[in-house]
Amino acid sequence: MSGRRLATGGLIDRARPVDFSFDGKAYQGFAGDTLASALLANGVRLFGRSFKYHRPRGVLSDGVEEPNALVEWRDGARREANTRATVAEIFPGLAARSQNRFPSLKFDLLSVNNALAPLFAAGFYYKTFMWPASFWERVYEPLIRRAAGLGRNAGLADPDAYEAVNLFCDVLVIGGGKAGIAEAMAAARAGGRVLLCDERAGLGGQALSDGEAVDNGALAALPNLRIMNRTTVFGVYDGGVYGAVTRLTDHLPVHEAAGPRQRYCRIMATRAVLASGAIERPMVFAHNDRPGVMLAGAVRAYIHRYAVAPGARAVLFLNHDEAARTIPSMAGAGMAIAAVVDGRAASGAAVHDAAKAVGAPVFAGAAVTRALGRMGVTGAEIRGADGGMFRVACDIIAVSGGWNPALHLTSHLDGKPVWDDKIAAFIPGSLPPGMVVAGAAAGAGINEGIIPLWHVPSRPETSFVDFQNDVTVKDLTLAQQEGFGATEHVKRYTTLGMATDQGKTGNVNALGIMAGGCAMMGTTRFRPPYTPVAIGALAGAHRGMRFRPVRLTPTHGWAEAQGAMFTDAGLWKRAQYFPQGGEDWREAMVREVSAVRQSVGICDVTTLGKIDIQGPDAVAFLEFVYANGWRNLAVGRARYGLMLREDGFVMDDGTCARLGEWHFLMTTTTANAARVMQHLEFCHQVLRSDLDVRFASVTEAWAQVALAGPRARDVLARLVDDDADVSNEALPYMGVRAVRLRQGVPARVFRLSFSGELAYEIAVPARFGADLPAWLMASGADFGITPYGTEALGVMRIEKGHPAGAELNGQTTAHDLGLGRLLSKAKDYVGRAMSQRPALCDPARPGLVGLQPLDGVSPLRAGSHMLRPGAPANAAHDEGYVTSAAFSPTLGHPIALALLAGGVARQGETIRVYDPVRDGDALALVVNPVFYDPTGSRLRG
Amino acid sequence: MRYSALSVLKQALTGHKGWQPAWRDAVPAPHYDVVIIGGGGHGLATAFYLARDYDVGRIAVVERSWLGNGSIGRNTTIIRSNYLLPGNLPFYELSLKLWEGLERDINYNAMVSQRGVYNLFHSDMQRDAYARRGNAMRLHGIDAVLLDRAALRKTIPYLDYENARFPIQGALLQARGGTVRHDAVAWGYARAAAKLGVDIIQNCEVTGIRQMGGVAVGVETSRGYIGAGKIGMAVAGATSQVAAMAGLRLPIESHALQAFVSEAVKPLVDHVITFGAGHFYISQSDKGGLVFGGDIDGYNSYAARGNLPTIEDVCEGGMAMMPMLGRARLVRHWGGVMDMSMDGSPIIDKTPVTNLYLNAGWCYGGFKATPASGVCFAHLIAREAPHEVAVGYRLDRFAEGWVIDEKGSGAQPNLH
Amino acid sequence: MRLQCPHCGPRGLAEFTYHGDATVQRPVDRGAGSSAAWADYVYLRDNKAGVHQEYWYHQAGCHAWLVVTRHMRSHEVMAVRAAMVRA
Repeated sequence: MSGRRLATGGLIDRARPVDFSFDGKAYQGFAGDTLASALLANGVRLFGRSFKYHRPRGVLSDGVEEPNALVEWRDGARREANTRATVAEIFPGLAARSQNRFPSLKFDLLSVNNALAPLFAAGFYYKTFMWPASFWERVYEPLIRRAAGLGRNAGLADPDAYEAVNLFCDVLVIGGGKAGIAEAMAAARAGGRVLLCDERAGLGGQALSDGEAVDNGALAALPNLRIMNRTTVFGVYDGGVYGAVTRLTDHLPVHEAAGPRQRYCRIMATRAVLASGAIERPMVFAHNDRPGVMLAGAVRAYIHRYAVAPGARAVLFLNHDEAARTIPSMAGAGMAIAAVVDGRAASGAAVHDAAKAVGAPVFAGAAVTRALGRMGVTGAEIRGADGGMFRVACDIIAVSGGWNPALHLTSHLDGKPVWDDKIAAFIPGSLPPGMVVAGAAAGAGINEGIIPLWHVPSRPETSFVDFQNDVTVKDLTLAQQEGFGATEHVKRYTTLGMATDQGKTGNVNALGIMAGGCAMMGTTRFRPPYTPVAIGALAGAHRGMRFRPVRLTPTHGWAEAQGAMFTDAGLWKRAQYFPQGGEDWREAMVREVSAVRQSVGICDVTTLGKIDIQGPDAVAFLEFVYANGWRNLAVGRARYGLMLREDGFVMDDGTCARLGEWHFLMTTTTANAARVMQHLEFCHQVLRSDLDVRFASVTEAWAQVALAGPRARDVLARLVDDDADVSNEALPYMGVRAVRLRQGVPARVFRLSFSGELAYEIAVPARFGADLPAWLMASGADFGITPYGTEALGVMRIEKGHPAGAELNGQTTAHDLGLGRLLSKAKDYVGRAMSQRPALCDPARPGLVGLQPLDGVSPLRAGSHMLRPGAPANAAHDEGYVTSAAFSPTLGHPIALALLAGGVARQGETIRVYDPVRDGDALALVVNPVFYDPTGSRLRG
Repeated sequence: MRYSALSVLKQALTGHKGWQPAWRDAVPAPHYDVVIIGGGGHGLATAFYLARDYDVGRIAVVERSWLGNGSIGRNTTIIRSNYLLPGNLPFYELSLKLWEGLERDINYNAMVSQRGVYNLFHSDMQRDAYARRGNAMRLHGIDAVLLDRAALRKTIPYLDYENARFPIQGALLQARGGTVRHDAVAWGYARAAAKLGVDIIQNCEVTGIRQMGGVAVGVETSRGYIGAGKIGMAVAGATSQVAAMAGLRLPIESHALQAFVSEAVKPLVDHVITFGAGHFYISQSDKGGLVFGGDIDGYNSYAARGNLPTIEDVCEGGMAMMPMLGRARLVRHWGGVMDMSMDGSPIIDKTPVTNLYLNAGWCYGGFKATPASGVCFAHLIAREAPHEVAVGYRLDRFAEGWVIDEKGSGAQPNLH
Repeated sequence: MRLQCPHCGPRGLAEFTYHGDATVQRPVDRGAGSSAAWADYVYLRDNKAGVHQEYWYHQAGCHAWLVVTRHMRSHEVMAVRAAMVRA
């Protein structure tokens, strides 16, 4: 028992007691307590075990820099590892647990590591565990992994919600201590929009920890100032963008936590003031990691903020004047002060006066050489100015080696902190554009009279520099001895500064020790986030079904009502098949294909990209972006178009219809719609701004449904106004017409066919799209008109040998796809020059062929490779791969499209279709890729 | 001193006084037979294999900063050979085989951990694309297994199988893929190379490449001129700048790639997993940190950092794939400069300048290539001919059209 | 990073997509097929570590292609203009 609650004082709400548990044991604190203050008030000193040696650890600090007192917070799916007890606010019913110990915090088996510490020197693992090789994954690594790590992740989906906001301000003030309050006040009075962010529940910062009154009442009166508490500005990004997270409900019991757990803020700030204060440095001496060794500023914070005396009898170890404030604070809290140990030969008046006032002995030019006690401090070993050693009983060793400005954010955009000898600290160097630094963060008012004391040597040397990662002075020495003396090498070789606190208390001490009295080296680079940020917060609402938006076609509701199963096509949901009476996907597909081939069917094709192109130079523009020619396309006609990238490979295909002299409608594949739009804009705005043409994406403006099958014309005739002529003569294959449907709705009819049947695509303004399928179904009811989905669509296009996504994969040329004849020789177009490179015209390139199994039944699968029968199954004999495959209901056997070396010239050969990852192995006949109606008589009929 | 359990024990008992510097910090000599520019993984590996396997005389590695400061010390440590195209497969498989024997080759435990790489797929088309890849791997004698959803779920139960916008259908598994402790690779190669007599010269920035009649004869550096019989460039993100010193313009853009690590937690993710419906991949370091990343930021950059949209995109992918990440905390994110080539594949070739050799274009995949890159670059420098697994990595493939474009993205580095 | 779209005002990075070097010039195609000039245009880049002119597309905004002048080390955006020059 050591700490206790003071009868009066503090900022806690004594009217609101809070019951909580730690390691299953019940405790009581007050509203306003952190877990650390509440447990200290209950006399708890042991909070956790260290990372490597599993040494007992207590509370070092009262803030975000805490390396030791890390706990598991809450239960079940909300369990959170490595929560800093020093900043986490308790609430009724909180269950927290210590971590990295087995079986218990007091008795931890792996503390045997401490005894083996000599073996586990820096970098030991690089030198051993090499034999036998197979033991690494099976034996050594699992052991190391289990011993390492800290707390346990819940292993369950995070049940809480997160949200994201964009905030704009003229001035962002980071840190709500005295300096930040003054800066915010001044900025707000000057009239701009001001945001003041502070990581704690209330403003006041270090002043409150020092027992000073902070008056921020005037802030509330400023309407243009917004205060955001529990908000950490974690990073600085380019262009005046700051990342911040507000913890909305982390301090509340679940049943009180309405709304999101945390809010992620993108803050756009014209200017920023960094007023983040400073972080105190521990002293480095033997066993300086024992529970009871505490930063002097933290001792004051526990007394003044939380009304907790963290011990009964203290030794104060310092090397600068400011830490002397701890003397009256401790005395006021009823703590005995056994010794004030000043590392400086000449102790300042501040120290002497303060000590004298309370009758505490001062030892100048002295040092604490060792903390005594194992599970907690029981005394201090002190070396006097004369070199004599003596011991003093105590349960707290308050330490202050000076303060480091919390300048992390100044270096997120490459700013390098610079060393200031006068205050023995790094201060901000070059700053991010628009940022200024105020108060202690700039080095103002800290480390008065300091004489650096980086390390108190002792034997055996068990002095910790990075507490959490158990990096000792010995490790630093060894790293230097082995040539890892550069700042980044030390860090990486010893793991210094790589723990959850990112070296906030340890790094500068380490640099001081490494410098050994010479000039300080640069710091390692500070990287965001300033303090750890929940990954859930950065993801916001984008998870689960909301990971990405869902795009629905106008016919979606109708398809749903028909019992359609849907598939994802990019962000779109498309009807995949329409099962009837317990059909599986394949049975449904077979029925749907047969219906289209024998009678008529409908399928939503809205998702194809549609780009409306207008202007006197529209033809010239199409000539430039398509590889084939457009000059002779008549109004009222459509044409297949092939688009190349500038490197000569195929980019996309589709059709383009001429609606008027200067008016075209281009379609793209669903997958490439946005990309083609961007490409067209580039071609126009960057490459051919001489052309007078405009275009707009109208994909969502039109609902489009394919009507396909021998009865398609009959259905269409019933759908359109009586006077609309849809005969073969009036609306031939590749013809286009504006019509009016019987319902009075304007529509466009394109006689296009992806299925290979007589087919039309009917487009109506999107607002009529929901009704269009029903009108079609009614018009074709007596023909058994059948809705079909993307499965049937895909099968029919394979039967027709049309290239689609799997063939247009960015690796194929027009020749590969059998489309070489389309490449115009008469004009400049995107990709022409590069499509003539030798490798793209090599006749040995894989070309598109059809495959059908020799035995007529063996399934062929996309992704299979092809080998010559009898050739060894290895890379040297790989002849290409299957791009698309299906069972063809029309032909009654499996079919496939493939890219085979040599291409169509190999028709009639037998090839082995090899699919070892799915145990597939079949022989197939190489055939024409157009399996169905190769002359196209059906679609022209 | 040879590293072994015994030597560690002996040193532990004697206060670790006997350990020597891992490598000599050399002072530049006036002339070397081979100078490698770049003390990163590829440069050090090249020097090691040159010294071990060829008789090329004196070798130096010059590094502008501290050794391993580049991508070797900033990457997300994944090794694998699950490539698609014949131009890449044999090279990356050689690399994986070299990883498997690395500890014995260099007497340094780089913690090569073959924990398995799982690439998730979410649609039939993606499954077939992975089948194509897996079959290509099998034809090259590389392990590949296509797992369906049930089999995947057995091994990795914590993914979002129930409530996903793009449901997980299965994965392509390369069991021999895994992770390696990245810094240790640089240090291990440096130590092994130095032991073979290679001079490792840190804080020595190359400022010029001296030529005489189209022949490179040495490098100007911040520590003076160093003559060289042959000069090899292995400078990753700085490739265009160093090449410009020799008057070369290359099919390369420099881009920033971000990487992320969480606070250390007890073992949670036992494999390497990549998401198929977004840009996200993850593994867990032996220390317990979850190491993850996603796509490059997408714009040219020489700043080793990125911006919020990519950070959000990566975390969204993480939460969509494994929603238990929500309460894990990001503790650090950083960036590295990638030498993104125009087809997404590397270049190991001679240059138009005689005796100047190029090793570049590694994009965001250079770490796994480190050993093979060293072997092939050493071969090229010593033998004046490409190594058999790197014949496709020619500089003239762009003009000729023999691009090795795994993604099919074309000449747009930010899409690879 | 934010870009000052000349049509829409200052906007966040997420609204834009990137294309690359804006100083390369598309050769005139005289029907002679690929040439060194074409390979240069499609593949070779200065990729300087200093000030860079580059194309960005305001995809989630006005669909304008922009020429942005930006420093490759500091990411400082020095100028933004519309790529399209109207005759």
